[in-house]
Amino acid sequence: MKKIIEKAIEKIFAFSGMVTTVTILLIIAFLFKEGAGLFNSPVVEKGYVLCVNANNPVEHISSADIKKIFNSVIEDWSEVTSGFDEKIELFYDEKILNNYGKDEWRAKIGEKIASTPGIIALVHDYEKSLPKNFEGVKILEENTILPKDFFLGFEWLPTSKPAPQFGVMPLILGTLLVSFVAILLATPLGIGVAIYLSELAQSRVRDILKPTIELLAGIPSVVYGFFGLVVLVPIIQKTFNLNVGETALTGSIILAIMALPTIITVAEDAMRSTPRAMREASLALGATHWQTIYKVVIPYAASGISAAVVLGIGRAIGETMVALMVTGNAARLPKLFEPVRTIPATIAAELGEAPGGGVHYQALFVLGCALFLITMAISITAELISKRQHNKGL
Amino acid sequence: MKKILFTAMLAAASVLTAQTIKGSDTVLPFSQRAAEAFMKADKNAKVTVTGGGSGVGISALIDGTTDIAQSSRKIKFDERKKVEDKGGNVKEVVVAYDALAVIIHPNNKAEKLTREQLEGIFTGQIKNWSEVGGANLPIVAYSRETSSGTYEFFKEEVLNKKDYMSGILSMPATGAIVQSISQTPGAIGYIGLAYIDKRVKAVQISYDAGKTFVTPSIKTAKDETYPVVRPLIYYYDTNKESTVKSFIDFTFSDAGQKIVSDLGYITVK
Repeated sequence: MKKIIEKAIEKIFAFSGMVTTVTILLIIAFLFKEGAGLFNSPVVEKGYVLCVNANNPVEHISSADIKKIFNSVIEDWSEVTSGFDEKIELFYDEKILNNYGKDEWRAKIGEKIASTPGIIALVHDYEKSLPKNFEGVKILEENTILPKDFFLGFEWLPTSKPAPQFGVMPLILGTLLVSFVAILLATPLGIGVAIYLSELAQSRVRDILKPTIELLAGIPSVVYGFFGLVVLVPIIQKTFNLNVGETALTGSIILAIMALPTIITVAEDAMRSTPRAMREASLALGATHWQTIYKVVIPYAASGISAAVVLGIGRAIGETMVALMVTGNAARLPKLFEPVRTIPATIAAELGEAPGGGVHYQALFVLGCALFLITMAISITAELISKRQHNKGL
Repeated sequence: MKKILFTAMLAAASVLTAQTIKGSDTVLPFSQRAAEAFMKADKNAKVTVTGGGSGVGISALIDGTTDIAQSSRKIKFDERKKVEDKGGNVKEVVVAYDALAVIIHPNNKAEKLTREQLEGIFTGQIKNWSEVGGANLPIVAYSRETSSGTYEFFKEEVLNKKDYMSGILSMPATGAIVQSISQTPGAIGYIGLAYIDKRVKAVQISYDAGKTFVTPSIKTAKDETYPVVRPLIYYYDTNKESTVKSFIDFTFSDAGQKIVSDLGYITVK
């Protein structure tokens, strides 16, 4: 009877392990599937086409140029296409669609475009309104969003109309900067505290310190974020005499605090698991307490310590709420003392209202994929390093 | 038999008055309070209110998963068309107005700005307060996140459809904007009139190139001298008019409009 129960429990455990694995794989598949369509999407917002006067020699306009035209940064056609010296006139068809019946749409829009040489018109892509084959109207061919523009672009304006700009470089660099500085701050401190707790502290001090540190891990991230915004932001602003207190550094400091409990707990456990025999052997050979710590304990615990750092990075790189609240969320090239925008904050802030299946939605999922690949690369590297160190240490 | 019939009718009546409202978080507090008061007055009525943003509400209206979409922006042409393609007909009811105030740090001396100057500041052309009559201090512009209806409205109305400068600071909530601006001397941002408090200062705005500057307040918004005012709207399908009629009528009653002014919005009357 007991055997049957044990067998059953074993099966249940195996099954739940399998379910977990499958779920994770499904989530990854979902992530990539949702983002997949992005690079087949046209640069102009779905449901619209750009039309120009037939005398206009322009054939293609790049996504960046479309944005500049509709922001009146480019004001003359000669800046886009050679040999056509005409002032650009912007035209939206909403007024015509709202004020006329659907039988008149095509004619009204077509006439307007045909009679205005410098026009660029953003027209809804409906059968009844699209001036296809209308004399004097040229519908521009649409480019698709290029991976090059996406991954190497520097402008993140996902709701720019009519050509949203998805340059994710500032976001990727911003995420890396914030997490890197955070881990730079947290690692020495965390390992130091771990050494103190496992090797030096008296058991009474340890009994107070350890639960307190573990308590830090239980504080919700939004509380950290609010603390950062209200307390740390003004301090950073005054200390460094900056215009803005919401900077990459502010985010890094809070993230470092958040990563500390993870690093300390895991690193300390690794150090304490050093066999008593090894410590005693070291001391018996005449090594001092300190020599034992960094010649025996730390090498033995190296893999555990790297695991601690990796877990800390994982915590920092994916942290959303803090980044959203204290880094200022400005999508520009990251500098330590200026606002930055991270990938998780971007996804959290924008996914809510990005229309499902649209370009913006897909772009956010590709961002999620990028984040996933970054964290995967980090854990693989750390795994390799810790393996090597472990072999050397013993 | 009679009793059963009566119960059935009662059930039918309560089904008739059960309705859902979904959409803008700006309209949400009003809808919630109005729904509570409405349900108190009519025991059979059941109104469920959820937020999510204007766009979310309107797509729910298109899918038929909500009876009323609450929105802080006008319905787009293609959204209206999608409802019509499904055989519906969108009706628009303005239940209140909300004025948007441009706010700065209380110590900032630049108190008057024209629409053109605001456009310059938020699109990144104007970078220092000395260019608009203030001290020599870099401008730090704060915006709402792209998912917010306020973001969209400010872009359409004040920035003349131009994009915000790339790399503008954006904040996830109105409260965070007020907090940041109150502690950043060169800051500027925009919030709903109801959210102004002592920590920040509202700017006078001119829409006629500097001839008249108007301070945002309920009064100036009501007499239409203050220009940056947006309607808070309920959209519904006319096929469901009978379901939503009594609730919408309630929002226009004295009790309903009192909730509007209690919340710091501007009444429609």
